[in-house]
Amino acid sequence: MRALILALALLTALPAMAEEVVLGLSSDQVSINTSFDGSEILIFGAVKREEAIVDEPRLQVIITVSGPSEPITVRRKEKRFGIWVNTDALEIDSAPSFYAVSTSTLLGLSLSETEDVRHRVSIPRAIRSVDAPDTISDSESFTEALIRIKSKSNQYQLNEGTISVDEQTLFRTAIELPAALTEGDYQTRIFLTRGGAVVSQYETSIFVRKVGLERWLFTLSRENAFLYGLMSLAIAIAAGWGASAVFSAFRR
Amino acid sequence: MQIYLPIAEVSVNAFLLLGLGGLVGVLSGMFGVGGGFLMTPLLFFIGIPPAVAVATEANQIVASSFSGVLAHFKRKTVDLRMGTVLLIGGLIGAALGVVVFNYLKAQGQVDLLVKLCYVVFLGVIGGLMFFESLRAIRNTKKGAPPKRKKHNWIHGLPFKMRFRVSGLYISVIPPLVVGVAVGILAAIMGVGGGFIMVPAMIYLLGMPTKVVVGTSLFQIIFVTAFTTMLHATTNYTVDVVLAVLLLVGGVIGAQIGTRIGVKMKAEQLRILLALMVLAVCGKLALDLLLQPSELYSLGAAGGH
Repeated sequence: MRALILALALLTALPAMAEEVVLGLSSDQVSINTSFDGSEILIFGAVKREEAIVDEPRLQVIITVSGPSEPITVRRKEKRFGIWVNTDALEIDSAPSFYAVSTSTLLGLSLSETEDVRHRVSIPRAIRSVDAPDTISDSESFTEALIRIKSKSNQYQLNEGTISVDEQTLFRTAIELPAALTEGDYQTRIFLTRGGAVVSQYETSIFVRKVGLERWLFTLSRENAFLYGLMSLAIAIAAGWGASAVFSAFRR
Repeated sequence: MQIYLPIAEVSVNAFLLLGLGGLVGVLSGMFGVGGGFLMTPLLFFIGIPPAVAVATEANQIVASSFSGVLAHFKRKTVDLRMGTVLLIGGLIGAALGVVVFNYLKAQGQVDLLVKLCYVVFLGVIGGLMFFESLRAIRNTKKGAPPKRKKHNWIHGLPFKMRFRVSGLYISVIPPLVVGVAVGILAAIMGVGGGFIMVPAMIYLLGMPTKVVVGTSLFQIIFVTAFTTMLHATTNYTVDVVLAVLLLVGGVIGAQIGTRIGVKMKAEQLRILLALMVLAVCGKLALDLLLQPSELYSLGAAGGH
């Protein structure tokens, strides 16, 4: 709330471009601890401008949150010898582990096709797939499958009309982060558009980090795999020995 | 209560895991099996990535086997010499198994391999056990004593060795081969292999039944410990939080299971176990045979 007031105060204080974003986040850090079960991030802000508000075309807001990108292999099953096995595979060069697009109205209305291509806003544009091997003729169905699977687990979201805009100046939305979240810097972009054209753009990052025990175990398992393995075994043997000791104590 | 597993990178209900551990613990206490062959498919069903399920289950088996072998050491029913020979085979097998596992993981076929192994082995062993115990029940009604073969082709092989605890003088080749086979399975399927090893020791090697379970547990500890280390250092797929939750449930369950088991007849127990094994096998087989609702699947890239 304080950030909002601050944002409003800034509106009058600073000289600027035609229209500019002043942003607030409920938190810029998401901690994955042992009891992590998803999280919600509030994104709110204000539009700072010098001139009077233009009524038409109306101001629209688009917010994208994008997790760290990585190459992904999409595999397709086919029936071979009576059972379903993975046959064709397509490697997608770069797909974000999480991607959410929120808009103040339908995405098609607030952003033109050319602007979408330039800024890579919509979900299919956020995925980069260069060329498919000759054996695969229908590479689109693989990217569609990727979007379908990720959308089902809430890792890709298209939230149309979830940003509320007041007086073409104040906007806010909430973005749901699923429980199965990977670490990294989540790039957050805010676009102001009028008549499908981007008039202003703002970027920031939300940091998603494993903390505490999660952090320690994950780091140990990657950087000191041998020690981690030994520790797992030691815990297992201690538990087994403890169980047997408790058992015989019960029998007596 | 949801808990985030640091290696599997999924959030699951902690009580569900404790419950699963407990359930499998009850069954393993009742039937005297490790329970890995039931736990790993159950972990697949609740959405743990197969690679993590297999590696973590190997770690959990170390604990349950260690607990079991201590009891057998007290009763002096462990043939250390036979155990060591089986172990040498087992370690070679486990190393081969992890190589095969990693190769197929890169090819995107690891799920298929693990599931096929399960369907085949659960089907064969469940079926054999079912008919064997049906026959046993009929025989006890008629009162005919069960027969056992004393000599077969195995006794003609070279490199003979004396195994005093088992009262055997046989070639080291068959136990080595059994060890390798079980080691491969342990690495691929995330199981101790007791449900394959025990019949092999009785029917192929002719070991007395009383030393079989202890000896198989003894060697399973080392093979699964080795498998855990291999998975932990090459695949980074051992999830210690998952293992601990399963362990706690398993330990409590096993105690309850042992008490139920004492009150039931051996043949009834075996028929129940056989039916359960066949049920798991059936579910996995259906997954392979029926058209899946989602034909596509996602995997990490870089598999060439």
